[in-house]
Amino acid sequence: MLIKDICSLVNGEVACGESRLHDSVEFAFASDLMSDVLTIKRDHFLLITGLANIQSIRTAEMSDAPYILLCRGKQVSDEMLELAEEGNIVIIKSQYSMFRCAGLLFEAGLKPVY
Amino acid sequence: MRLEYKVEGGDFTQAGYASSQIKKTLKQLGVDPSVVKRVVVALYEAEVNIVAHAFRGVITAEIESKGIKLTLDDEGPGIPDVNLAMTKGFSTASPEVREMGFGAGMGLPNISENADSLSIETEVGKGTTLTIVINF
Repeated sequence: MLIKDICSLVNGEVACGESRLHDSVEFAFASDLMSDVLTIKRDHFLLITGLANIQSIRTAEMSDAPYILLCRGKQVSDEMLELAEEGNIVIIKSQYSMFRCAGLLFEAGLKPVY
Repeated sequence: MRLEYKVEGGDFTQAGYASSQIKKTLKQLGVDPSVVKRVVVALYEAEVNIVAHAFRGVITAEIESKGIKLTLDDEGPGIPDVNLAMTKGFSTASPEVREMGFGAGMGLPNISENADSLSIETEVGKGTTLTIVINF
């Protein structure tokens, strides 16, 4: 699924990483627990989270998960933006809840990691 | 090659900096991406542990052709019961650490799972030294 299509499905706004909107991703994982994200062996997945802090960006970086969908209208700080840009990570913001985002994307064919 | 980074306890804005720098170095050296991921996941969890639990620490990475040895030496409270700390779900993390997305008792087990060898030396009231070896 293309990142731009994910953005449309969740009525999202791109906070950074506009140049990667035509990238494609097959899998997603939804969690606010970064230790859980770090147990995933797969790389190149979409991280769906409500955790808006610098550690969600760091975790994506360490997990080789270059796409983050931030739910419930959480704000992206300047520090988060700077780190995401440095790591070439896309951040999409959605007003929808994590449950709604995950449901919409699952229904559209994005696969679960587990 | 030897790299060294200082880590300050409680400084969550910098937590992960050392892991990020070591990841960049390993990628530049052409290490297999799946091995790089194991190294940085183990290292990042351990780095967050220093920030979360200790006063300060030093991370040393010794990179050779056959693998990497990571030493995380901290001044802090130490671990009273290592077996208990290695149990999935056991945690002594503060609410602040949990707000950062950690502190669910998954860190040490995850480090162990990604490492080819892990040793923990600890003294209550003084600190902890983790040694992680991962072969290339």
